[in-house]
Amino acid sequence: MNDLRQQDTPSSDVSNTRRDDARYDEAALMPPVDVVEDASGITLQADLPGVARDKLNLQVHAGRLTIEADIGLALPEGLQSSHTEVGLGRYRRTFTLSPELDTEKIAAELNNGVLKLTIPKADHAKPRRINVNVG
Amino acid sequence: MYRSLFPRDVFAEMDRLQREMQQAFDLSPTIRGFGRGGFPALNVGGTPQTVEVYAFAPGIDPKSLEITLDRGLLTIAGSRKSDLPRSGGSSGDNQAAVHINERFEGEFRRVISLPDDADPEAVDAKYRDGVLQVTVQRRASAQPRRISIQ
Repeated sequence: MNDLRQQDTPSSDVSNTRRDDARYDEAALMPPVDVVEDASGITLQADLPGVARDKLNLQVHAGRLTIEADIGLALPEGLQSSHTEVGLGRYRRTFTLSPELDTEKIAAELNNGVLKLTIPKADHAKPRRINVNVG
Repeated sequence: MYRSLFPRDVFAEMDRLQREMQQAFDLSPTIRGFGRGGFPALNVGGTPQTVEVYAFAPGIDPKSLEITLDRGLLTIAGSRKSDLPRSGGSSGDNQAAVHINERFEGEFRRVISLPDDADPEAVDAKYRDGVLQVTVQRRASAQPRRISIQ
């Protein structure tokens, strides 16, 4: 079965030895996502408003996909906030991938703050029609 | 936040409660629920010269956004279409399954009241990386002035 259906609990690998351990501990927003699966693979769309292409960091490591992105707003000088609903400047979310997904061929697109990831299934995992030969 | 008058589903109700608790106490509020207002999430701030409104509205055609300013009320309206396959529609769509569906879909409208000194004639709106930034100038007459003593 496919674990991308379930997101990971955010705190599950804080203890992991990562290069950017300190950064990983920082609080981040969890972006809302849509995940759709069809015969060819999985499509994931995530809302990342305020994220420019160079501030988006996608990682696949040990079967886990991590989306990490920084919000870069052009704030005028001397801005005093009076009402805040987006209170943090970073998004992060991690998903567990399943082995039939081909992580080498993930395609990513970022458009108007929406990230679209296409994760194809490995060829051997695609459904195939088996012909029955009548003898 | 929306509260059902007739809680039909006890588990959904518990889920909602838990989410509200989490949002009240968690240091890292989740963007997911938009508990305080809806879509798009808004940040509002000001400088001595301007009022700045940031609407976090990703994936929207800027042309479809409708921004009006009427008697001190700034309205941001529009709609966002989902391109998810329709569930239940068995016609075609080679067995696409929707596993997670959290992103906002549909019509939205948010209204905020601007301070009295906002100038409705000097409004500027930009849409970049899914964030709409509306800048409203403050009236010059409202700028702080130094009053000299005779």
